[in-house]
Amino acid sequence: MDPETLYFAKTHEWVSVTGNVATVGITDFAVRLLTDIVYLSLPVAGKVYRPGQAMGEVESVKAVSDIYAPVSGEVLEVNLGLPEQLQLLSESPFERAWIVKLKLSDASELEKLMNRAQYLGHCDG
Amino acid sequence: MAYLFDTPEQRQRMLKAIGAGSVDELFEQIPRELQLGRELSLEGGVSELELEQDLQRRLGQAGGGGVCFLGGGVYDHFIPAVVDELTSRGEFYTAYTPYQAEASQGTLQAFYEYQTLISQLSGMDVSNASLYEGGTAVSEAVFMAMRINGRDGRVVVAGSLHPEYRQVLRTYFSRLGTEIVEVPASGGVVSVELCRAALTTDTTALVLQQPNFFGCLEDIAGLTAAAHAAGALAILAFDPLSPGLLKRPGDYGVDIAVAEGQPLGTPLQFGGPLLGIFTCRSEYVRKMPGRLVGRTVDRRGRECFVLNLQAREQHIRRDKATSNICTNQGLLALRTTVFLSVVGPRGLCQMAKLSHEKAQYAAACLTRLPGVVLKYDRSFFREFVLETPLPATEVLTALAARGFNVGPELSRFGDSLGEGLGRCFLVALTEKRTRAEIDALAAALGEVLSG
Amino acid sequence: MRNPTATRMLFEMSEPGRGTVVFPESDIPRVTGIPELGAEHLATGLLPLPELAEPDVVRHFVNLSTLNMSVDTHFYPLGSCTMKYNPKRHERLARLPQAAASHPYQQESQIQGLLSVLYELQGMLAEISGLPAVSLHPAAGAQGELTALLTAAAWFRHRGEQRTRVLFPASAHGTNPASAALAGFECVQLSGGRDGFVDLSELRSQLDDRVAVFMVTNPNTLGLFEKDIATIAGMLHEAGGLVYIDGANMNAILGRTRPGDFGGDMMHYNVHKTFTGPHGAGGPGAGPIAVRDFLAPFLPAPVVTFDVARNWYSLTSPEYSIGRMRSFFGNVGILLRGYCYIRTVGGRGLREAADCAVLNANYLLSQVRDFLEVPHGNRCMHEFVASAKRLKEQTGVTAMDIAKRLLDYGFHAPTVYFPLVVEEALMMEPTETESLATLDAFAAALREICSEPAELVKGAPHTTAVCRPDDVTAARKPILCWSGQC
Repeated sequence: MDPETLYFAKTHEWVSVTGNVATVGITDFAVRLLTDIVYLSLPVAGKVYRPGQAMGEVESVKAVSDIYAPVSGEVLEVNLGLPEQLQLLSESPFERAWIVKLKLSDASELEKLMNRAQYLGHCDG
Repeated sequence: MAYLFDTPEQRQRMLKAIGAGSVDELFEQIPRELQLGRELSLEGGVSELELEQDLQRRLGQAGGGGVCFLGGGVYDHFIPAVVDELTSRGEFYTAYTPYQAEASQGTLQAFYEYQTLISQLSGMDVSNASLYEGGTAVSEAVFMAMRINGRDGRVVVAGSLHPEYRQVLRTYFSRLGTEIVEVPASGGVVSVELCRAALTTDTTALVLQQPNFFGCLEDIAGLTAAAHAAGALAILAFDPLSPGLLKRPGDYGVDIAVAEGQPLGTPLQFGGPLLGIFTCRSEYVRKMPGRLVGRTVDRRGRECFVLNLQAREQHIRRDKATSNICTNQGLLALRTTVFLSVVGPRGLCQMAKLSHEKAQYAAACLTRLPGVVLKYDRSFFREFVLETPLPATEVLTALAARGFNVGPELSRFGDSLGEGLGRCFLVALTEKRTRAEIDALAAALGEVLSG
Repeated sequence: MRNPTATRMLFEMSEPGRGTVVFPESDIPRVTGIPELGAEHLATGLLPLPELAEPDVVRHFVNLSTLNMSVDTHFYPLGSCTMKYNPKRHERLARLPQAAASHPYQQESQIQGLLSVLYELQGMLAEISGLPAVSLHPAAGAQGELTALLTAAAWFRHRGEQRTRVLFPASAHGTNPASAALAGFECVQLSGGRDGFVDLSELRSQLDDRVAVFMVTNPNTLGLFEKDIATIAGMLHEAGGLVYIDGANMNAILGRTRPGDFGGDMMHYNVHKTFTGPHGAGGPGAGPIAVRDFLAPFLPAPVVTFDVARNWYSLTSPEYSIGRMRSFFGNVGILLRGYCYIRTVGGRGLREAADCAVLNANYLLSQVRDFLEVPHGNRCMHEFVASAKRLKEQTGVTAMDIAKRLLDYGFHAPTVYFPLVVEEALMMEPTETESLATLDAFAAALREICSEPAELVKGAPHTTAVCRPDDVTAARKPILCWSGQC
């Protein structure tokens, strides 16, 4: 997954869109900030989330962070294998460490997100 | 006499190094108009000897000089000398919270052993390293249930749960919009049917106590099934002495089990500090409040212990923490660890059996008196409710005057245990009470009722 | 000398049939006519607790204790914890049977003496804080915070006001927002000024009629006295809000100033910090609160009241009490230790303690600041925060590394990584019960460490029984009890 094609939320989630399916994960920057990740709790299958709503948690020894839905949608699929293979979050944050696939209900919400350059600027600032 | 060290010369040296002319100058950070400018209106310091004499004089006799038959959550149990001896070591009681693991392996291992002993005692998968006491442990359990099943609008509570624990629940949840539904007890227990009717699909948990506040035994199996059928969690407050004789919370399949741990090695101290025991099923461990000690290895592969899952606690998670608890009841958890180590499973069973037998015997002796009845005709453990022809407060005052501390009277808690209980009070027995004391109590009660 | 076999797990020392405590043979006859325990309630086997011989238990715990640092053995400059000496006389007095064996449901006539002591303590805490209404009920500081917030909420509700927000600085102790959230408030964090103080214009921008309480520690967690505290209190009061003072740092100001005098409306004490209650490896503590008269009717129940006419002490419930926060009265065992301290040192002794605590902290600061940056100036109250940021940039050595290396020098580390507003923070609070020689030795050790080779420091501690436990694996796969089932 080429990060250049992704959308980014201020809360460090990335979104990749194919048709009306939005695949969501957390960025390499977030993973580095958290340091050693010890636990991940996935969103609930079938549930509908609004943008900014907490849909899961990622925990390190230092912190527990909510994972926020960047766009609205119904949960189509969650990456069930991820909690047992947390190392994927550092090895392949934009590809194999996807967290959830949402059925995109309102594509215009993507306009509120950032592109890669804007996101990197946000991280530096 | 504030346990200070410095000579005037040393003070001067320190002030010079700081670059200040006087200690007063250091306090110039406080704006002048805010400075107290006078001595605190407190009496002057007294010597250790004077203070001891003063307290001895004022405090009077232990327990008013009477024999203790008081119950209601804390009890006059035997504490072996070893408990005080070992927990009086300065390395334990003047140690800090074990955040720096390398400096605290003694504490951490002791808490790990505590967690293990409590899970063995309760039959539950995992225990934390303590909460404040039984009442807040119940409230914390309800918060945890809400985190688990996402239902935060309603909780159903047995009316036979300790009235003070129910009061604590009310205070904790008052601002949060949670409906607390109490199912009244009848005949000394709560009915499964009434609880089932109260359990709606938005109820987070059913809160029970075994034995309940009256000392009576509930149908925990049936009540737990009712809770689970409604998708609610079963929370049980249990008597930590009871596993010596009775089924354990884990045997009933409850989700969260809490207890007031005072009977296991902590003195009464007028009700505090006490020990909040908190246990749950292993799948809920990340939602638990309080400290948890885990086993791990260090850099050199040596087995060691560390505070675990701290990211859940207030010092990291802050406003999203599982609880606001910071200081808990470390030293009392240690007392309980030592206590259980020396009492062991057989000793605990003996304590439970003796307490039970003596309660049975006391009930028999007392109900032989005319007009005195066992209020609830049900099996009970270690305490029971007696009803006499006279108002309970009168009876208890008169018994206290004769050297027997009995109670509490149920009316102490208003109507929260039911109506028409003005002539009812608890009588509690422990392994410490002798046959002679029980016989004397019966004689005294006989006098009070006839006089 | 430690005996390593004695510190193996209790469960590994268990043998069937071992046991130590024996109870007298029962002389209780069987009775009839009383309900028996039904079979459905009975346990079916022996509890799986270990069976241990008393000599083994004693060796085990005595040896375990030698694996600890403690105030009785080491210097513990933990900022915001006030690790001062725990006088042994308090231990004996608090254990007097008249207090230790008192049941909370005893007749009031039997506990007049105990109630008189608790009533006296209420008065002492009122005088020290400058806030007249005291509750001894909360079990610890965090519970004190929650109690005060609920009391304030009840007062607002009584006045028909709907206030939903609690403000606090970013340097606040984590219990502050945690307590506010538990009390049902929305938490608003203020970043504060670069100088470490509350930024008045930032505060002003957040004040409206939604704000209930501003929670602030004073001196703050940087060890600095908020000089604008009176102005801050004025701003809050004008906006209709209240000021809560987190009393963790009272040791700096005892007898010099009082929360009630500088604008606070409510505060909590940590008896296990300021008043020498032992830390007990994580409690028990006690967190009494003191509030303004107008909040008194809302305090939790019970409080001790005195009827002058009858010369009688009672436990009563304030008129609009928020109710109960825990079972029974409070952590009386710990409160008694605090009472003993205040009685033995007196008002003057409390002020001397504060004087010396502040002197010691400023002295330590003066010794440390030429090799460790102290970002907020050359003066402090009873504690100060140094930063290892520069050292980390130059050599990679972090505050955590320094903390671990200090253990090799025989000192417990200061508080690290708190407050969050300072990078690589080392918060040091020597307290008053330490000698100049100890302070000099500690400063010398720190100086030494800051010039040691990085690998030596990063590999520390070298002389303790264990070194850098792996808390990552512990958090991934928690093992929380011996059987490994959890």
